[in-house]
Amino acid sequence: MSRRPAPEPLLWMLFSSGGMVVALMVPILFFLFGIAFPLDLLSPPDHSHVFAILRNPFTRLVLFGLCALALFHWAHRFRFTLYDGLQLKRYAVPIVVLCYGGAVVGTVIAAAVLLTV
Amino acid sequence: MSTYQRPLALFWWLERRSYLLFVLRELSCVFVAWFVVYLLLLVNAISDGATSYEDFLDWSGQWWVVAINVIAMLFILLHAITWFGLAPRAMVIRLRGRRLPPTQVVAAHYLAWLVLSAIVAWLVLR
Repeated sequence: MSRRPAPEPLLWMLFSSGGMVVALMVPILFFLFGIAFPLDLLSPPDHSHVFAILRNPFTRLVLFGLCALALFHWAHRFRFTLYDGLQLKRYAVPIVVLCYGGAVVGTVIAAAVLLTV
Repeated sequence: MSTYQRPLALFWWLERRSYLLFVLRELSCVFVAWFVVYLLLLVNAISDGATSYEDFLDWSGQWWVVAINVIAMLFILLHAITWFGLAPRAMVIRLRGRRLPPTQVVAAHYLAWLVLSAIVAWLVLR
């Protein structure tokens, strides 16, 4: 019997919590800011209002958690999409570096963007 | 000893509808990543001031951005629906020694979804 490598359970936990927050939070955020406001289905809030929401540390903490977990969710799922969907498992090492490395870089960028509001 | 592996066509997932749906679900992660990029662009524009925010709103109204976002929204919904649908198989919740029926686990997720969406909408639109 082969033992699973140690980081796998942690990566799976990140994938699964990411999948949950994405499913719960992203549809409404994307609907409002990606579809409803651009298409004028709803009138967009003025700058002072969204700025005030964003100045709240709790909002930024939630958005940071959402970004970080969503990125690790992407990393894990994209890794296996490349493995299975395109049968690229022989390139496992560069794929792992690209996926999780990308998630780490993205998380740092998210922290920087959210801290400088 | 090596085991025999049946050769697979590169696009094996086009053979059946259920395979295709599986791969489309897995591809939803690409649009999750796009959402993070979009959200961070929005946050950056808001913190840069009212003019940048207006510029972002103009940019997000361009037809190709809207087109990407509509496709992304469909994939995100596919993710959410399949995710909630699988939840009872991923978590077994026991209440007073009895297993909570799968339909109630799914219903609880949709309820949480509704409540959170309502809170976000209220916060942004009030």
